Amino acid sequence: MTKEDCKKLVVDIIADIAPDEDLSTIKPDVRLRDQLQLDSMDFLDIVMELRKRHGIEVPETDYPQLASLDSCADYLTPKFATKG
Amino acid sequence: MAYDWLKGIKDHYDVVVIGSGLGGLTGANALAKCGHSVLLLEHHYQLGGLATWFTRKGGHIFDISLHGFPFGMVKSIRKYWSQDIADSIVQLKGVRFINPQFQVDTTFDREDFTRLLIERFGIAPATVERFFTDLRAMNFYDNNTETTGEMIARYFPGRDDVMRFLMEPIAYANGSTLDDPAITFGIVFSNFMSKGVYTFRGGSDVLIKRMADELKKNGVELRKHVAVEKVLTEETGGQRRVTGVVANGRTICCEAVLSNANIKNTVLQLAGEENFTPDFIAQAKAVRINSSSCQVYLGIRKGETLPHIGDLVFTSDAPRFSSEELVGLHTRSRTFSLYYPDTRPGSERYTIVVSLNATYADWKTMSEEQYQTEKARLIEESLASLERFIPGVRGKIDWMEAATPRTIEYYTRHWNGTSFGTKFEGLKVSMDLPSQLPGLHHAGSVGIIMSGWLGTINYGIIVANQIDKFLLQKKRTAA
Repeated sequence: MTKEDCKKLVVDIIADIAPDEDLSTIKPDVRLRDQLQLDSMDFLDIVMELRKRHGIEVPETDYPQLASLDSCADYLTPKFATKG
Repeated sequence: MAYDWLKGIKDHYDVVVIGSGLGGLTGANALAKCGHSVLLLEHHYQLGGLATWFTRKGGHIFDISLHGFPFGMVKSIRKYWSQDIADSIVQLKGVRFINPQFQVDTTFDREDFTRLLIERFGIAPATVERFFTDLRAMNFYDNNTETTGEMIARYFPGRDDVMRFLMEPIAYANGSTLDDPAITFGIVFSNFMSKGVYTFRGGSDVLIKRMADELKKNGVELRKHVAVEKVLTEETGGQRRVTGVVANGRTICCEAVLSNANIKNTVLQLAGEENFTPDFIAQAKAVRINSSSCQVYLGIRKGETLPHIGDLVFTSDAPRFSSEELVGLHTRSRTFSLYYPDTRPGSERYTIVVSLNATYADWKTMSEEQYQTEKARLIEESLASLERFIPGVRGKIDWMEAATPRTIEYYTRHWNGTSFGTKFEGLKVSMDLPSQLPGLHHAGSVGIIMSGWLGTINYGIIVANQIDKFLLQKKRTAA
């Protein structure tokens, strides 16, 4: 899996959690919270969906790694690789 | 022989949920959607915990806690229940304050509160802006020892009218006082200020029925009339863990328990002291239970109508706001929730629910005779107060009834009949529970912030996330 594939999987999850948001213009290097109406519960939902859909566990101490699409890809892509 | 309310259940579930308050219901739904087998047990004959209702002769339906919740419910209900249920959430625009210091009408949102604080209370716009912005930035993990009273006084020194305007509604929403941590006020107040006060069109009965339908669709086994007596544990390899529950005298095995009971009931009664370290038991015992409530239910005779005097009316005859006055046996502060026909479209019925904060100890010690006398007084004082806003209302009422902390204790089994869970320290005990006894999780009203409809629903999800993680680890280890 490439980092771009990984970003797409994260965007798919956000699309279900926040259906009213326009996700076509997300800047990958900007914090998600600064460009979308996401709160701490939404980030918890992302963690739950990563576990449910992809079997990936994000420990609470690593939640800050999910801040932007770029940081998501950096953090999650190796996790997908070890899954695969 | 008595009917077997557990007839047909399996001997083992991944999770047993104790109690069907909004936290229990939402946690159960999330866990079922994650693919776990879930059994939800409720001791009462109805689901919902305090998010409940009752019916009375004359066609009355009384909602216990549908007074109003923050806009965040739209999002949480959509995410954790369904778009369909979320679509029935509507705004209540008529919020009023009537007390010796001021009378104001508001939509109870940041924009309107800003307007009122500037125009009606004469506060400098920059101060109002700073207050709202600072509150919004508060986090529950901030290490801030300031109390709500100190914080409000810091922005609005010497203005106990402003203190009342900001604090009175929140005290009714979650039982908090001026002595509670400022952070608890900041989070709850900011939630309401985001877009105002909302309700569920159709009533509590329709909401809970739709949630039950959703739970069944997702495979949750729901059983009412079933009281859980004990959480069972076993020690293996030097570690105690949850193995099941005893309910209605029957043993049911499970990997995890989600307790939606009060945290003190959960630790000290359902699990029992033998399962925890002395230090943890000391912490659990030291958790302060929040205050309770009284309510007066007034049913308007079929065919009669009421003028629109607002949806949520905060009234008080006390000269100034005091947290002590609010919970006193002879409090002169009460909130009127008016339910017009559009609460239940097509019904053409009106009901009024009067809410007062209360102290359990005042009511618990009364003799039966005194109890009946005090309930009659509550009804009479509420009627006299209401007559001032709706002259002649007395003649339109054909059902009157009062509930007290004793009523709440009877129906919910909450420790000390609390209607608002615990003070702030209860949150830590609740969150530390699974590290003390693996498999035992708690999602009930705690810590003031995890309280109310939105707080408990979100807490149910936070804890369901931990249980899902725990169960998956267990399944992987077993495989």
